[in-house]
Amino acid sequence: MMMNNTLRNQCKLLPGSLVTGKWNKNQYKIIKELGCGANGIVYLVESGNRHYALKLSDNGTSIISEMNILKSFSKVQGSTLGPSFLEADDFMKTGKQLPFYVMEYIHGHDFLRFIDKKGSSWIGVLMLQLLTSLSALHSNGWVFGDLKPENLIVTSPAYKVRCVDVGGTTLIGRSVKEFTEFFDRGYWGLGSRKADPQYDLFAVAMIIINSAYPGRFQKKGEGYKQLNDLIKQKKELHPYRKMLDRSLRGQYDSAIQMREDLVTVLSKQNHSKKKGPNQTATGQQQTVQPSTRQARRSQNQSKKKSGGFFETFLLVAIISMLYVLYIYEQLL
Amino acid sequence: MKAGTLRQILLITDGCSNHGEEPSAMAELAREQGITINVIGVMENDVIDEKGLKEIEKIAGSGGGVSQVVYSQQLSQTVQMVTQKAMTQTIQGVINRELQQILGDSKTMEDLPPDKRGEVMEVVDELGETSKLEVLILVDTSASMKHKLPTVKDSLLDLSLSMNARMGDSRFSVFVFPGKRNDVEKLLDWTPNLEALTATFPKLSTGGLTPTGPAIREALTHFNKKRSLRGLLSHDDEQYFEESM
Repeated sequence: MMMNNTLRNQCKLLPGSLVTGKWNKNQYKIIKELGCGANGIVYLVESGNRHYALKLSDNGTSIISEMNILKSFSKVQGSTLGPSFLEADDFMKTGKQLPFYVMEYIHGHDFLRFIDKKGSSWIGVLMLQLLTSLSALHSNGWVFGDLKPENLIVTSPAYKVRCVDVGGTTLIGRSVKEFTEFFDRGYWGLGSRKADPQYDLFAVAMIIINSAYPGRFQKKGEGYKQLNDLIKQKKELHPYRKMLDRSLRGQYDSAIQMREDLVTVLSKQNHSKKKGPNQTATGQQQTVQPSTRQARRSQNQSKKKSGGFFETFLLVAIISMLYVLYIYEQLL
Repeated sequence: MKAGTLRQILLITDGCSNHGEEPSAMAELAREQGITINVIGVMENDVIDEKGLKEIEKIAGSGGGVSQVVYSQQLSQTVQMVTQKAMTQTIQGVINRELQQILGDSKTMEDLPPDKRGEVMEVVDELGETSKLEVLILVDTSASMKHKLPTVKDSLLDLSLSMNARMGDSRFSVFVFPGKRNDVEKLLDWTPNLEALTATFPKLSTGGLTPTGPAIREALTHFNKKRSLRGLLSHDDEQYFEESM
């Protein structure tokens, strides 16, 4: 808390102010603040008519570790998970040296707001994308570490899921140092904090669980049992149950393997959607009125019973009509 | 560069000492012996008063470590963060001294261009991952800490989880103060695994005095004892971090 205050004071820059690098002499104009983390403030900046994200910190250590990670990210071929790295420099502010680095500005909605707007049917699709990116990252020897909705951004117009905070990224075999308890398998007593692909896959499962429990929850008693019970309690999680269970227990060898299971779940879901007229209808409305999707979902559930009666009634009506037609034909 | 052993004392308390030696003097003594002292002040609904806050900062300052005041809900994260930060700080201190020897006086990492600094930082990270770590945990069990102890226990288990994920070995030891008869009492001898705490921690009785200074002094001898005993068995296996650089 105290640290954040001093950080705020030292790294606080008003829109319009200029940041000039001590070494490379490049100039960046602050447009606005994008976010504030534990070890620095990220600004949207402009330089040479292009937009970038600039992270300024009063703590040289952590920011340089991050810079190293971003650099090695750019070496990972075909990985579009994190932002690309531009340069690192120091900013002299009233005699004090504040290190900063500049990276690609990833523009889009944060993951949870996107799901809220576009509907929960997007979760599966975006997780497929995420698993593909993770697979590329893992095969290059890295684990993302601090995987959580807050660190994910969905870009537009082409919806692509990207990660903005790479501070938790760890070489496979080393210890994960930056994590968030809810998404950390160590917290739930389901494994170590040694970086392996399964560490990330556990977090992917927790992101899906988080979508059904937006308020999250704390650990009480035995982690695995608690998570299982909570998955059972939410209807929308049922299709994913087997997959979630496998990833919570670290049974997937790779992101690709989990992705295959997710594809199966999603294709089954589409199938059942086609059968139920109710669900297809909401699917279409989604694009028209996206923001109320969640409210509608709960309404759907409470109407389930009356919907059953309606279906029976419809079935009886159709059969009687066919019967009447048959009798009519017989009479003729 | 070979990784050595990083030695730390982690003091978890919720206020002021009121018995025995000045804690920050003892912290200074620890630093002299290459042992870093980190202090975490735990608050519940109550707030730590100005005097307690000052003492916490002063101990960590003299002990060359990190201090942080938190609400008990955030204790797990903080314990891990503080330990990690102090490790990096110690390693960086060593590297800075090396740099000064190579580059001349008053040059530190900050004076290097960012790219070079990145390379140095890679070495720091590498050492943080591979060094041996010894943390002696010193828990204040004076009356006001009583209902915070379950949280303290959980956060220590969590700490061992984080540290054991590293490539280098980690060992922990737990002391509480005030003890039943003495100022300080050993709860757990050096072990890589803190699971054994689960049995002993709930049975703790809480006392009235807060002899922080004497507790630190006692803790130091525990490091020393182990060192001299080990010295008899194996020769230069267990050197201080600085010596092995």
